[in-house]
Amino acid sequence: MEKRVTFGRWTIGILFAVPQLILIFTFFYWPAGQAVYWSLTLQQPWGGGNIWVGLDNFRSILANADYWNSITASMIFAGISTGLAMVIALVLAALTDRQLAGSWLYRVVLIWPYGIAAPALALAFRFILAPEAGFMAVVNKVWPGFWDPGLDGADAMASVIIAFSWKYVGYNFIFFLAALQAIPRSLIEAAAMDGSGVIRRFWDIQFPLITPTIFFLLVINITESFQDSFGIVDIMTAGGPANATNLMVYKIYSDGFKGLDYSGAAAQSIILMLLIVALTIVQFRFIERRVHYR
Amino acid sequence: MVERTPILNFFTHLILFAGFVFCVAPFVIVAIAASHNLKDVNDVPMSLLPGSDFWVNIKTAWTTADLGPKLLNSFIMAFGVAAGKVIISALTAFSIVYFRYPGRMLIFWLIFITLMLPLEVRIVPTYAVVANVLEPYQTIMDLTGLSWLIEKISGVQVQLSLGLLNSYSGLILPLIATATGTFLYRQFFLTVPDELTEAARMDGAGALRFFVDILLPLSRNNMAALGTIMFLWAWNQYLWPLLITTDQSHAMAVTELKQLIPNVGGAPEWHIAMAGTLIIMLPPMMVVVLMQRWFVRGLIATEK
Repeated sequence: MEKRVTFGRWTIGILFAVPQLILIFTFFYWPAGQAVYWSLTLQQPWGGGNIWVGLDNFRSILANADYWNSITASMIFAGISTGLAMVIALVLAALTDRQLAGSWLYRVVLIWPYGIAAPALALAFRFILAPEAGFMAVVNKVWPGFWDPGLDGADAMASVIIAFSWKYVGYNFIFFLAALQAIPRSLIEAAAMDGSGVIRRFWDIQFPLITPTIFFLLVINITESFQDSFGIVDIMTAGGPANATNLMVYKIYSDGFKGLDYSGAAAQSIILMLLIVALTIVQFRFIERRVHYR
Repeated sequence: MVERTPILNFFTHLILFAGFVFCVAPFVIVAIAASHNLKDVNDVPMSLLPGSDFWVNIKTAWTTADLGPKLLNSFIMAFGVAAGKVIISALTAFSIVYFRYPGRMLIFWLIFITLMLPLEVRIVPTYAVVANVLEPYQTIMDLTGLSWLIEKISGVQVQLSLGLLNSYSGLILPLIATATGTFLYRQFFLTVPDELTEAARMDGAGALRFFVDILLPLSRNNMAALGTIMFLWAWNQYLWPLLITTDQSHAMAVTELKQLIPNVGGAPEWHIAMAGTLIIMLPPMMVVVLMQRWFVRGLIATEK
């Protein structure tokens, strides 16, 4: 879509875009280019020049069992937390959309978790799920040693997933509810007249009509699980125990800033960038074509 | 409600109520834990009746983590990001929509691509840029031979250096450098009728006049929505402030949470930790509750 009426003096026009362009050049394109350069060279953190090593950094990362462990952990985390957050949110949104008495309350409250900073909710859940105080302690009293995120990798992963899903249920809820409310009421009423029940209407009318939202949220949730998980991991588990929750962004941070391995961290960043770009392209190219649009 | 379905309605209420509890319980537990003393908070099971030490704990958490200045820093940063986004995105969108110049589509795509790579994944090189923001320009001048030329002519060696670590600009600017708001404005500007522009031009208004007096007042709703979203987003940033602020005087409230985690081996002071969490949760909660309309609208509009 283009404007028919525009302003003639295009020098002024470019001037309006200059602040944004300077910002994205300095803080986006330059660092992104720098990451590519670093990933192909071996750099001493405190100067001393770069040596060109080609794809060696990638080779050494891909040969590293720790890195594959980190990818696996990230995939498990992304898969389970996205699934949980989306299914719970969809059920709650679909039920809220039935507009029974009191549904305004849910519309207001279910959004709250998304406003909380990931590290703050992580600290809250660290207490709630602490093995010696909090609420899992009660379970531990009945079955001693049942739950210990400090020692058991699976428990740690479960805690991180619970905290992340809790936040993103609120986020997904907003989008699902907006999508459901955009469906014309008359459509639902017509189907009801034809004798279909609530559940039938959901699967045959509402669900197909909100598939664009579902796929949109799927991509956003997976992408966010890569980035927004950092604060949760850092506060709850610090990547442990034994690297069980060492997710990709956390590993980039600890390798780059704690291990001072800039080249390795840059190569990991590139792999993560490619992963996210691929996801975005999948969303635009393949999925959008197959889903049902009105 | 289309038909009478008493059994289904019962389950609807039941499930929704469970969802409600699921969402609210953590807030309640944090608030209750923040009101206990050291002994009560570590009781198994912890008593769900509020204790009497709420204000004492809030005060201890406030002084332990030195939250006063930290909250102020968070506010400055969040306001800076929100204001910067609202202004700069409007300027750019105006340029893209209302002008025809060579390379316009290139600029559009250059900005669009920034949506794909969040700050977290390019954190290491961005940190290096902030350590000396003029480094890109220095490198370009070195590579093009410009600095050699200047040195030959004036005898001055070009050494551009401007570090932004531990500064508000270093915190704020990289967070503004994305496309989020630009497309929100663009969508809106495209819906502004052409007749309005024609009328303004007929009355002798130039581009700047039209932008300030007509377009911006029309975009008030967009600004409120974008501002709310960006404020929350910036307030909740964690990784970036953690790296940029090594010096305590610029630390953010959210990064202070780490200091509140009870030490292994030390006294499990969960009541203080929860009181601190409560204080840090509160400002974004207030924004969500008071600005809910703008929050929801901004969220849906910026992402689509």
